[in-house]
Amino acid sequence: MRARIAVLALLGVLVLMPYLWMVAASVKPVSEIFRASLSIWPEQFAAAENYGKVLARVPVLHYLWNGVVVCGGILLFQLLFAVPAGYALAKLRFPGRGIAFGAVMLGLLVPPHVPALPLYVAASGMGLLDSYTALIAPFTISAFAIFLFRQFFSALPDDLLHAARLDGMGEWSIVWRVVLPNAWPAATAFAIFSVVSHWNDLFWPLIVVQGHEHATPALGVLYFRSEEAGDDFGAMMAAAVLMTLPLVLAFLLAQRRFVEGIATTGLKG
Amino acid sequence: MRRLAGEAVAGALMTLPAGIAYLLLLLLPTLATVLLAFTDYELGATALGWIGLDNFREMLADRGFGVSVRNTLVYVGLVTPISILGGLGLALLVEAGAKGRAFFRAVFFLPVVSLTVAMAAAWQYLLHPTIGPVNAALRAMGLGTPFWLSSSDTVLLSLAAIGVWESIGFNMVLFMAGLTAIPRELYAAAEVDGARGGFDRFRLVTWPLLGPTTLFVLTISMIRSLRVFDTVAVLTQGGPNKASEVLLFTMYQQGFTYLRLGYSAAITLVFLAVVLALMWVQTQVLDKRVHYA
Repeated sequence: MRARIAVLALLGVLVLMPYLWMVAASVKPVSEIFRASLSIWPEQFAAAENYGKVLARVPVLHYLWNGVVVCGGILLFQLLFAVPAGYALAKLRFPGRGIAFGAVMLGLLVPPHVPALPLYVAASGMGLLDSYTALIAPFTISAFAIFLFRQFFSALPDDLLHAARLDGMGEWSIVWRVVLPNAWPAATAFAIFSVVSHWNDLFWPLIVVQGHEHATPALGVLYFRSEEAGDDFGAMMAAAVLMTLPLVLAFLLAQRRFVEGIATTGLKG
Repeated sequence: MRRLAGEAVAGALMTLPAGIAYLLLLLLPTLATVLLAFTDYELGATALGWIGLDNFREMLADRGFGVSVRNTLVYVGLVTPISILGGLGLALLVEAGAKGRAFFRAVFFLPVVSLTVAMAAAWQYLLHPTIGPVNAALRAMGLGTPFWLSSSDTVLLSLAAIGVWESIGFNMVLFMAGLTAIPRELYAAAEVDGARGGFDRFRLVTWPLLGPTTLFVLTISMIRSLRVFDTVAVLTQGGPNKASEVLLFTMYQQGFTYLRLGYSAAITLVFLAVVLALMWVQTQVLDKRVHYA
């Protein structure tokens, strides 16, 4: 089994290569980067210079904060819409349930790029371009979230709900006080899927955002590259490290949850 | 009776918020895209004309669009098989022993959670023709130093390599989920029946039982690579000379740079049609071939 570890280590180093060189370049002075030496370890450290330049020129923390607001806002509304709907579709009989479920299945087929043009026209018409609303609103409804919660709630025992009803609980309090606390595995899996995809999204922010004020981390990297960095690869890599770090740290702290979250949502989406 | 009526009201009320959001943010905009595709609407124009299939005719005649479709197919054709076989290989290798399993799973999965735009910038440095470490290494070995992202011969290849790097860990995780679902007894049974080596076990048990997972990963990989946009927008802008122009980037440029929304909507419909066709093929094959239950 020595061979297994050796092969894995070799492939692992290969996959990590972009990270190693990114971090290395982010602490090297420009002159050293331009010598294109093959030594990954810097001869001179210029970390303060490179990172200082990024922090002085662009509002890094503000980009990260925007990322948190946008991802948090999207997730909050997704859950607010999808949890009750998923419960109703799984456990309640009401007129139009068949149509509603059909609509969810139809929604699963449509990639987010398809409604983008009319949504852009609408946002522009309402003067909402370059705002948190424009960044958040289009993703608040997730057919996938409704589908996922419906599947998960279908497996909840009916006895649990009957007992709650006998205790005199209404359907709404059942959703928030009985169903949701039992839905954590599905909710965390979906939350990870949602945050990873929206934190990394470039397509929609590129369309609706115009300045630094509402720029997400992905746009922040892009702005820094086109406005400030030029050929200064050291500072550019420092910016890339700063913007990549938060989600990567979250991943390293909760690896198992991330992998399981992406695996369950990936296999159903 | 009262309970049933109460249930009906509660059910309707609970789906109502999602229903309204679905209508306004998903269904109507999607239908609007379908309609826009048959008009000559440009952003800011006060009127729009119904032009039937003219947008689609223009697409067929437009050499740029043809190049974009061809590039997208080449990209999908490179990224899908390599990232699936690579993902399967990694999953088998990582799952083959207990030692280092969690560590290597995390390593290969890292690109999935890394900010694509930032990593694209890192790749730009890595693949830089003169100061990039890749070419520095090639130079040290006395080999040629290609212009990776700035030559039309290698740009798609370079983007595909980045695409594989991004998605191989994702596919690995999906295959791992499929592997853990295979009952251990089947391997013991195969051994009793004379399957000795690792390859026999793979051929007789693992591969057939992974059928549904593989089909699933195939579809999802094709759709994901069909959506390639970030790396193109950051690194090449479709260049040099349209050599890395891909479907969603063409749609983005037509719609949001040239403001030709009608034409852009028509391209979006082509994209949607391909996605739907892939999903349809998947369900057809799933019904016929790879069903075991």
